[in-house]
Amino acid sequence: MSILINRDSRVMTQGITGKTGQFHTRMCRDYAYGKECFVAGVNPRKPGEDFEGIPVFATVQEAKQQTGANVSVIYVPPPFAAAAIDEAVEAELDLVICITEGIPVRDMIRTRYRMQGKKTRLIGPNCPGIITPDEIKIGIMPGYIHKKGRIGVVSRSGTLTYEAVAQLMALGLGQSTCIGIGGDPVNGLKHLDVLQLFNDDDETDAVLMVGEIGGTDEEECARWVKDHMRKPVVGFIAGVTAPPGKRMGHAGAIISGGKGTAQEKLEVMESCGIQVTRNPADMGKLLKSVL
Amino acid sequence: MKIHEYQAKEILQKYGVLTPKGIACFTVDDAVSAAKQLGGKIWVVKAQIYAGGRGKGGGVKIARSLDEVRLRANEILNMRLITHQTGPEGQIVHRLFIEQGVQIVKEYYVGLVVDRSRQRVCLMASSAGGMDIEKVAAETPEKIHKVFIDPIAGLSQQQAEDILQKIDIPAPAWPQATALLQDLYRAFDDTDASLLEINPLTLTTDQRVIALDAKMNFDDNALFRHSEIAALRDLDEEDPVEVEASKHELSYIPLDGNIGCLVNGAGLAMATMDIIKLYGGNPANFLDVGGGATAEKVTEAFKLMLCNPKLQAILVNIFGGIMKCDVIAQGVVVAARDVQLTVPLVVRLEGTNVDLGKRILAESGLPIISADNMADAAQKAVIAANA
Repeated sequence: MSILINRDSRVMTQGITGKTGQFHTRMCRDYAYGKECFVAGVNPRKPGEDFEGIPVFATVQEAKQQTGANVSVIYVPPPFAAAAIDEAVEAELDLVICITEGIPVRDMIRTRYRMQGKKTRLIGPNCPGIITPDEIKIGIMPGYIHKKGRIGVVSRSGTLTYEAVAQLMALGLGQSTCIGIGGDPVNGLKHLDVLQLFNDDDETDAVLMVGEIGGTDEEECARWVKDHMRKPVVGFIAGVTAPPGKRMGHAGAIISGGKGTAQEKLEVMESCGIQVTRNPADMGKLLKSVL
Repeated sequence: MKIHEYQAKEILQKYGVLTPKGIACFTVDDAVSAAKQLGGKIWVVKAQIYAGGRGKGGGVKIARSLDEVRLRANEILNMRLITHQTGPEGQIVHRLFIEQGVQIVKEYYVGLVVDRSRQRVCLMASSAGGMDIEKVAAETPEKIHKVFIDPIAGLSQQQAEDILQKIDIPAPAWPQATALLQDLYRAFDDTDASLLEINPLTLTTDQRVIALDAKMNFDDNALFRHSEIAALRDLDEEDPVEVEASKHELSYIPLDGNIGCLVNGAGLAMATMDIIKLYGGNPANFLDVGGGATAEKVTEAFKLMLCNPKLQAILVNIFGGIMKCDVIAQGVVVAARDVQLTVPLVVRLEGTNVDLGKRILAESGLPIISADNMADAAQKAVIAANA
């Protein structure tokens, strides 16, 4: 199976009429089964129009009803992006992927509060998206660097995920699904949630988990892995050399009050039986060694 | 974004939070007239810099006469104040805050932060006020009490009273202290703050609590809806190189080493620093050129790195996805010519149009050291920097 998305997913783009939304909707539509998968766009001011044959609706609810879309990808600008997530959650989609970077934390706290008890899962914001190679890509990652296989990849970053995938590919290892969960402090799926999904996925044999400084997601995930994971997990944490108190590009990549250091994460992961490397050039090699 | 103590107190006063009376000033003469205007017999002369630990560093002094205000103001203004947060180079004091002295019975700590695991704002409080709270958290975590705030309902009276009881604030002060905690949360929430610390919160002889110090940081991503706060930005307090970088929408953080890094993507940029260190080198900076790096952006990035007198080599590490390697290669060539590069340049390209990118570099006639992967790139950069 793969996790969360496959060739049967039906996707709408919120913010399809913007430059970014158009560019990436086109790239995703042109990838594998994208032509069947990308079925709708949303823009409240342009209902009835279409983007290269993809119909545009005024609301998420309408797009869902008219096309059967169950997944949404969001490229809406930051001041309005949290409201776009809210709309997708209200419409009870299965999955929302928010690519937008720069959403205020206060907005995300309220959005996550409203999501409690709802069925919708959220990936991101501030993420590259998710890809099930050779089936469907939803997001901004370069599709061609991937190939179908049996390794799960989860990461908080974009290009570092591509680096990890390239290393796997150099060793002939394809991927079941690759997910960028995003670099924001308040977000949707965490490492832990994704590992649970990979654990139950018949088509995933092992998982490469890439983390970075800030927060305690990786530690919480590692503790769960220790007790529940039935498949090998290997990891890398970026930011061993990051100075405390500085935000390293991502809003969530900051060591604050001595918490969230790469060293601490690596130690907890190791103590929970996750093999880690401190060399980002060795991620693929390490994964291959545990198969 | 950070602001000064006096600015944080002005914001908090608008929400009804009690603070001592004070006046901000830029000269010694103004400090003396401020003290006169405030009246009373005791004043506190406080250095206004963003970093904490000002008291220990000699940036907060008590004065018992106007002559002493002048003396203290003279000592503090323009001093190079070194605290555990400024680093060894310290920070020059350009602004003073003159406050009326307050009779202190006991000191407490109150702070608001975003708790990432719970995805809520967390109110933290401690009876160990006036101390370095990170030290308290490390050594006596049982002295820190936390409550998580419902984003719709706000801080309830019950929650506030619970925490006041836990940190032993006397019951007669509760009604006013409860209101103060609720006012602090409203201020935090309304202004899109990312941190609000009152350390110390002080109990006075008349059984009221008052914010003796105040520290506020704000979510940069929300400044678009708070122009009044964005206007408070004090460029004197920021690293000039970081200020210059932000003008070009580059994320740049200077470090101690001698190998400059230019990378696309924050995670890969951190990993590049890490691998340089792993192979025995030292990164000179963090630099994320972002997803849409143009030749102009790469040129500005090179200029920023070359401002660093310690720089011995530059490592460019690009994973081209949507951003194509040939575009980046052209940018690197143009930039390298433009800035007349004086240090060895190692370039590692991977991803979209990588072969075209490598050819552009090879045919440029520039002495660019090409690398095949991250490990190779880091090793070559370390050797180049030590040559």
